[in-house]
Amino acid sequence: MNDVSLYDVDNPAPVIEPPRKRTKKTPKSTRTNFELYGWLFMRLSGVVLVVLVLGHLLIQLVLDGGVSKIGFAFVAGRWASPFWQGWDLCMLWLAMLHGANGLRTVINDYAQRDTTRFWLKMLLYTATVFTVLLGTLVIFTFDPNIA
Amino acid sequence: MSSPTLEKHSAALDAAENTASQMITATFRIRRFNPEVSEEASWQDFQLEIDPKERVLDALHKIKWDQDGTLTFRRSCAHGICGSDAMRINGKNRLACKTLIKDINPQKPITVEAIKGLTVLKDLVVDMEPFFQAYRDVMPFLITNGNEPTRERRQTAEDRERFDDTTKCILCAACTSSCPVFWNDGQYFGPAAIVNAHRFIFDSRDEGGEQRLEILNDKDGVWRCRTTFNCTDACPRGIEVTKAIQEVKRALITRRF
Ligand code: HEM
Ligand code: SF4
Ligand code: FES
Repeated sequence: MNDVSLYDVDNPAPVIEPPRKRTKKTPKSTRTNFELYGWLFMRLSGVVLVVLVLGHLLIQLVLDGGVSKIGFAFVAGRWASPFWQGWDLCMLWLAMLHGANGLRTVINDYAQRDTTRFWLKMLLYTATVFTVLLGTLVIFTFDPNIA
Repeated sequence: MSSPTLEKHSAALDAAENTASQMITATFRIRRFNPEVSEEASWQDFQLEIDPKERVLDALHKIKWDQDGTLTFRRSCAHGICGSDAMRINGKNRLACKTLIKDINPQKPITVEAIKGLTVLKDLVVDMEPFFQAYRDVMPFLITNGNEPTRERRQTAEDRERFDDTTKCILCAACTSSCPVFWNDGQYFGPAAIVNAHRFIFDSRDEGGEQRLEILNDKDGVWRCRTTFNCTDACPRGIEVTKAIQEVKRALITRRF
């Protein structure tokens, strides 16, 4: 049985098509600048993040006794100042949007089926919105006088 | 004896022996696919005596003519002009007719397979239609307004120089099928379409640049390029493909701001 091919000239095997092939019906221009702004945002936020993230790591992990100094009191002390509140807020928003847009690119590059793409992005957007809102809430409502 | 005839004779003999000893035995490991036989693609080895100064295309010809007539591949000009025979040789996209065997280490088996990201129809032949669809979608022809001039459309040498690099494209698809973004998402225009849009966007005689920029500004346009430089490495015409894509990006940004 094994040497008998299932396929012949009149009945060829299915060819393997590449993912998301371009056809005549491939959607035409949406006429927005969304991808342009996304691309620019990655570069601009990246530049700002170099300062914010490296500064953050330096303060938290290197200076003044390193990571061992971090405790409730340390956080409470820093968030008493609007400067550090602003710093952390900027870092939270920029890093989250930068990271989320980066992962959106990764999903666009790797996910092949339309449904996979859709659900991965929904998961990503949900997680991003949740983290950004929760973080913002904590920065603004942090109360150093816990019972 | 030192008669000139004898010397000549031995020199000719030497030359003949030299040519004979320059032949080497090379193995070509070719990715075969024939949907009329099997749904699976598989590697097949062919051994042949060949002069290493010959090209991979010559080796494919020898195999097809002397060993296995079913081996299927495209070629037309055989001199790097028509763009028919782009294939993946030792893992890199090249034109078989421009690749010398001595340049790709014939000591080891030389792998030859179809370019990636397009449907393989048989052996090394792929369906180029999606590639040409992306090409058509950037409107690769002169667009002008107003009356036709009675003489030719003049252009300065500098204006011509501006897009000289991208006029060299032969539409072989080596660049597009070397792009990892295109492998996973065929909706991306791909480098070749952008190169051919660049050729008109930066042509001072053309007036459709705005339309083409708008097309490439979309979600499957230039912003999907991740600057991997695979396309520049692959191009057999030496076009700086990634640079051309970058120039289109820059034109879009300077147009907006
Ligand atoms: C430290 C300063 C940073 C700089 C200068 C920077 C810069 C960049 C740039 C320019 C891109 C775009 C790459 C492309 O389009 O091909 C990118 C992508 C990305 N970034 Fe950042 N970034 C920084 C920090 C971060 C942080 C803190 C995160 C995580 C929250 C992050 C997550 C990502 C992800 C997931 C991508 C997409 C991956 C990719 O494009 O290959 N980056 N980054
Ligand atoms: S840009 Fe170069 S690699 Fe790409 S299709 Fe044109 S000639 Fe081939
Ligand atoms: S056969 Fe024409 S480019 Fe190689």
